[in-house]
Amino acid sequence: MALEVRIKKKLNRFLLDVAFEAGDGVFSLLGASGCGKSMTLKCIAGIEKPDEGRIVLDGRVLYDSEREIDLPPRKRRVGYMFQDYALFPNMTVLQNVMAGMKKPENGRPDGDGGDGRPKRLFLRKDRRRSEAAALEKAEDILRRFHIYELRDIYPAKLSGGQKQRVAMARLIAQEADVLLLDEPFSALDSHLKWQLEQEMKQTLEGIGRPVVFVSHDRDEVYHLAHRICCISSGRSQKTMPVKAFFENPGTAEGAVLSGCKNVAAASPEGSHALRVREWGITLNVRREIGAEISAAGIRAHAFSRVRRASDDNVIPVLDPFVLEDPFEWTISFRAAEGGGTLQWKVPKAVMKDAEIPPELYLDSDAVMLLSRS
Amino acid sequence: MDSLTALLQSVDFSPLIISLKTGIAATIISFFLGIFAARKVLRAGRHVRAVIDGILTMPMVLPPTVAGFFLLLTFSLRRPVGSALYEHFGIRVVQTWLGCVLAATIISFPLMYRNARAAFEQIDVNLVYAARTLGMSETAIFWRVILPAAGPGVVSGTILTFARALGEYGATSMLAGNIQGKTGTISQKIAMVMQNGDYAAAGFWVVIVMVIAFIIVVATNLVTSSKMKEAKRF
Repeated sequence: MALEVRIKKKLNRFLLDVAFEAGDGVFSLLGASGCGKSMTLKCIAGIEKPDEGRIVLDGRVLYDSEREIDLPPRKRRVGYMFQDYALFPNMTVLQNVMAGMKKPENGRPDGDGGDGRPKRLFLRKDRRRSEAAALEKAEDILRRFHIYELRDIYPAKLSGGQKQRVAMARLIAQEADVLLLDEPFSALDSHLKWQLEQEMKQTLEGIGRPVVFVSHDRDEVYHLAHRICCISSGRSQKTMPVKAFFENPGTAEGAVLSGCKNVAAASPEGSHALRVREWGITLNVRREIGAEISAAGIRAHAFSRVRRASDDNVIPVLDPFVLEDPFEWTISFRAAEGGGTLQWKVPKAVMKDAEIPPELYLDSDAVMLLSRS
Repeated sequence: MDSLTALLQSVDFSPLIISLKTGIAATIISFFLGIFAARKVLRAGRHVRAVIDGILTMPMVLPPTVAGFFLLLTFSLRRPVGSALYEHFGIRVVQTWLGCVLAATIISFPLMYRNARAAFEQIDVNLVYAARTLGMSETAIFWRVILPAAGPGVVSGTILTFARALGEYGATSMLAGNIQGKTGTISQKIAMVMQNGDYAAAGFWVVIVMVIAFIIVVATNLVTSSKMKEAKRF
């Protein structure tokens, strides 16, 4: 199963221009808030209409501007989990979960089956039997998500975590061909998040359908996703496996989204050195620098106080400013007089007191070589 | 005690019956028309919406006698539409109970329409989107998602509509007149007996109207507050 998306849509502040392909497994769209991630999901679901492009799900064309195909949302078989979960306030948990299940009186999902004959009529006996089957199925799903005892409760009385479970149960019960998750953890307290991430991981494991997971949180993405595509100012970038992306995001925008605190424009000096004017330093790089490289990135944790054999970059520490976090130190400093600041993070387990050394050391492999997208 | 019974027996209760019947009929019509109009107007373009909304709200801001004027202009037996209706279909609006209902409906309709519209506007649009992606039909979405979510607003709109229709005077007296036992509503009764300075009779009907209004408002509060507890919207 696969979802192919290639759409363009003019938005207020920028042009949304997104292209990606999501196969089985969890595909993540990572981007800052307001970059067009949610709009992309809404276009896939048919809630919003792109200006042009094509959306294909398992060979079914959901949208094609050239062929003027634009299926309505209810015929797309796309499951959508909203940021605020959008549970129906007037329905109980059970009714919410059953809201998306196919009902016998609805006939086939695509109406009359295309042969022009009226919808199949169901005998009352059949109807009753299938209603009982639907109820049984819904109750199974409730049990699976540990919300069976909440079945007669209204959403207003649920906690954030329970709401998310109900939304997830509703999504699974719907049996859609693709699941779209829009920032599913953003409405949750951080202590709940961890457990629900685990539950989500188990649910999504081997689900056998594409899952598109939208997030601005790199930790969530790292935990849950297999493949990742960054969106910045509406433009999607190359899709990469998650591990590879966090090792080297490839682009300056991707590096910032991956949580790299130090990103600056750089120009190659020979094949193994990068001049970073903003920081006032030149970095030695072990790999050969390609022509497309125009920026450098250094993770805040990559600096070392102690010089190791492979550390062939020595970086002066000027004007340090120390910020104390519960478990680590965050130190911003300049590498040259009047240069821009860099950020260094070191766990308190490694450095008990904030003793700022006169210089830091950096492995030449730890310099990320980045291009502009 | 006997005198009270005698008094009650001597009173003609037809104004009460006529007012209630008129109020209920007008409310039912306004309920469906108002919701229908609110839904259509919300889906219209911005400019069309502004104009249509203005027209639909007019009866609320204009004096009821203006509505009465237009109703007579249309339905009077001496006017083309009114005479055609009477000749071809035997429908007479002027001086009939139908006139009462029509006048009350026109006057109370904006209350239903505006309240329904305000209630629909406040619905979390994601609920509708979610319903669509869940495969629900537009009709099902309206009855199972939009209307319940707009519930409190629609209920209070209905109540206000009923209260307004129940007390309608201006347009009703012009169109339907005050025929005892036929179009004589409570408000017309009060106006009529007051012309003779009969405070006792007027007071009697005033008390009845106040009791009805109070019961309605309290009952609604009870109904909506129990619903509110479950929806806990605030």
